[in-house]
Amino acid sequence: MSASVGIADNGPEQPKEFAFTPENLEKAKAVIAKYPSNRQQSAVMPLLDLAQRQSGGWLPRVAMDVVADMLSMPRIKAYEVATFYSMYNLKPVGKHFVQVCTTTPCWLVGSEGVVNACKKHLGIGLGETTADGKFTLVEVECLGACVNAPMAQINDDYYEDLNPENTVALLQALADGKPVKVGSQTGRRGSQAASGPTSLHAFAKAAGVES
Amino acid sequence: MLKDSDRIFTNLYGWQSFGLEAARKRGDWDGTKEILAKGREWIIEEMKTSGMRGRGGAGFPTGLKWSFMPKDSGKPHYLVVNADEGEPGTCKDRDMMRYDPHKLVEGCLIASFAIGAHACYIYIRGEFMEEANNLQIAIDEAYDAGLLGKNACGSGWDMDIYIHRGMGAYICGEETALIESLEGKKGQPRNKPPFPAGAGLYSCPTTVNNVETIAAVPTILRRGGAWFAGIGRPKNVGTKVFCISGHVNQPCNVEEEMGIPLKELIERHAGGVRGGWDNLLAIIPGGSSTPMIPRDVCDTVLMDFDALKDVRSGLGTAAVIVMDKSTDLVKAIARLSKFYMHESCGQCTPCREGTGWMWRVMERLARGNARVEEIDMLLDVSKEIEGHTICAHGDAAAWPIQGLMRHFRPVVEQRIADFHAHRMAAE
Repeated sequence: MSASVGIADNGPEQPKEFAFTPENLEKAKAVIAKYPSNRQQSAVMPLLDLAQRQSGGWLPRVAMDVVADMLSMPRIKAYEVATFYSMYNLKPVGKHFVQVCTTTPCWLVGSEGVVNACKKHLGIGLGETTADGKFTLVEVECLGACVNAPMAQINDDYYEDLNPENTVALLQALADGKPVKVGSQTGRRGSQAASGPTSLHAFAKAAGVES
Repeated sequence: MLKDSDRIFTNLYGWQSFGLEAARKRGDWDGTKEILAKGREWIIEEMKTSGMRGRGGAGFPTGLKWSFMPKDSGKPHYLVVNADEGEPGTCKDRDMMRYDPHKLVEGCLIASFAIGAHACYIYIRGEFMEEANNLQIAIDEAYDAGLLGKNACGSGWDMDIYIHRGMGAYICGEETALIESLEGKKGQPRNKPPFPAGAGLYSCPTTVNNVETIAAVPTILRRGGAWFAGIGRPKNVGTKVFCISGHVNQPCNVEEEMGIPLKELIERHAGGVRGGWDNLLAIIPGGSSTPMIPRDVCDTVLMDFDALKDVRSGLGTAAVIVMDKSTDLVKAIARLSKFYMHESCGQCTPCREGTGWMWRVMERLARGNARVEEIDMLLDVSKEIEGHTICAHGDAAAWPIQGLMRHFRPVVEQRIADFHAHRMAAE
């Protein structure tokens, strides 16, 4: 079953209150309007996501209650959703939420080395957060970027074509607040072969990718 | 090799803008109104002629699926696009959405029209933020240009397209779990029947199609079903985007003709197997659920539905995972077993309990800490899971293990013998 961060322990200290900011309330209304008027429960996933973003990357129980009440659905149904899907964090996470994929396609090309580099550089184990609250490290299942393996997701962004060295450089840049390059860390464009296009040569030439 | 002029996804690598203007130059949204004017029946017949089989893994004929939608149900109809791409090895829909989203948006309009739907939901996996953002920009551009919304493309048909982001659950790639999730519930598959065409989203007639299937529709209809049907082999036609990962020199996505020899696919586009073709051990040809095939099969097998079925594997999502001779195959499959355990929705006992049990045995087999009889026990249990659950997740968990034992059982037996020999020596 999908195991969300925090589900296995007794849980963090829960805030007493939650209310969407006026800006997020407008966003929430726009989300609800995507679904038929009598089917507003459909908005529970995006609204829980919005609540999680507003709460700094994790989903307090009171936020689930607020979302459930907004959608006129039983609170238990919102809890079911929040605990079923792995992207809801049920306890606080670091500013940089590092999720390293270790499923077979990534494992075949060195995800173990990437995980170990993260552990060593950050000084934490899987599921742990650094003392300064900057980084949380977890292992995740396939993130669907297998041709650019090994890869990791940090917050909303994918970082691909990783190795222990560029992973450490990436983590250090994030820690220092320096700009980082999203996507391939070896300069590859999308999922084309690193050595250059094997098809669509006329398009490649027109786009200046190939001479 | 597929000619560039026959490639559908000409911006697969994101060399050009994904925006409307560039998309139009690539041929998107050309004559959409005229296609719609030919009518629902014509579109469905043309899709049947094209021989398109769904690109999400099961390979069901698309035109036939659309024809199952009722004509006058009196209820709203829905098109739901499955963009919950998560089958390990697979990363093709992602590139279509972030680099060529107008193909999908235009396809959504045409497919919705063909099945009588005024609303379409694209269910995209939550981790795909860039992809969802680009897709939303493309949808907004289409609304602004009058291609969507009231009287879409001047066709007289009203069309709305919405993105719904998943939140991290592989099982939502199963169509009825996806529908449950879209309704705001845990993603647990439904019993079939009723099938979605009868009672799907909000109990209304619904068609669920994969991204690649829908994104190919506009090009197929512009060029004609016969064009698509002329590529590949009978019943296995058209172009297909392959994802080649693992131990190759140049991992990549590439659109090729259906039925291309596996060896040619890897050598022509992925720079060959690391260390040369002779260094190949085995390949998982169609995403993690499909049983692996050993090197001698890889030498000659063609990459399509029927050829791979004939070697007791499958095309699945056409995600080719290459493993060279350095690979510990038992560990590779044990890791997949862990994946299936993690992603079981917990609804059916054989899958909920069985996936965990199989993973624990696989972990012991990877170390050799088992008895040889346990291999047969594991296979027996895998057969008890396969076919005994509501959805195919149980099957998908069983097949990789069965594939390993079918071709590499001696490796597992040797592992066990070595473990016990080592233990005896230590004592």
